[in-house]
Amino acid sequence: MDQRLKLEVVDRREFVVGGAAAAMLVALLGRTGTATAQDKQPTFDEAMKAIVGDKKADESQVDIKLPEIAENGNTVPYSVTVESPMSDDSYVKTVHVLSSGNPSPTIATFHFTPMSGKAEISSRMRLAKTQDIYAVAELSDGSIHVGKRTVKVTIGGCGG
Amino acid sequence: MASKPRIKAGKAKAAGDVIEVKTLITHVMETGFRKGKDGKPIPRNIINTFTATFGGKEVFKVDLSSGVSANPYIAFYFKVPGPGDLEMTWVDDAGEKIVEKVPIAVG
Repeated sequence: MDQRLKLEVVDRREFVVGGAAAAMLVALLGRTGTATAQDKQPTFDEAMKAIVGDKKADESQVDIKLPEIAENGNTVPYSVTVESPMSDDSYVKTVHVLSSGNPSPTIATFHFTPMSGKAEISSRMRLAKTQDIYAVAELSDGSIHVGKRTVKVTIGGCGG
Repeated sequence: MASKPRIKAGKAKAAGDVIEVKTLITHVMETGFRKGKDGKPIPRNIINTFTATFGGKEVFKVDLSSGVSANPYIAFYFKVPGPGDLEMTWVDDAGEKIVEKVPIAVG
């Protein structure tokens, strides 16, 4: 089995530059053969840390609207509102929507300007399973605000 | 893959009014995590960026990931500085670009 897997991997990777191929082979075998062509996704914690860094996140001002129970994880409507005057001096720059249980932690990143008028968005997300959804807002003054909601998912929507 | 988007913009009574803009576009948003019948992963093809500009200035932008549902729906707000065209652009992983202009009237 091990031998067959090795051969298959080599076949598929024929075009990969020689040196890297050997390292990749080891990595692929280490991952019990379920590896896909996907780049490695960051974990939820890594994604969260990349945004928040060493700053202290404030747990106010961000409101997530999400159904408590999502019957179909393929399309779950949600909206995020951040309290802000949205003036030239004080506005919401970015809102990251993160999931704790999807294969890829970032769902979407919304960039606002003072011309947005209101820091509110609505969209639809995919959810693989029951999990927590976080909305992380970066304000123009550099402060970070986080909102969190738990959602139960009856049928996961990430395929595979 | 993507078709003509559907856009619904609110009406501004005066300059400075904030209106809601709702957009919907057809796209598979293939995640890259699924496998085809041959067992090989289906390559990712999603709309990765949505941008709205007015008079050449960026109003709103979204970086999408595989966690966004197929046929992405995005609704956002826009403070109308005056009459003009709101231009919206969707770009997917295959490099396909869809641009749609919506005239925004005041009054």
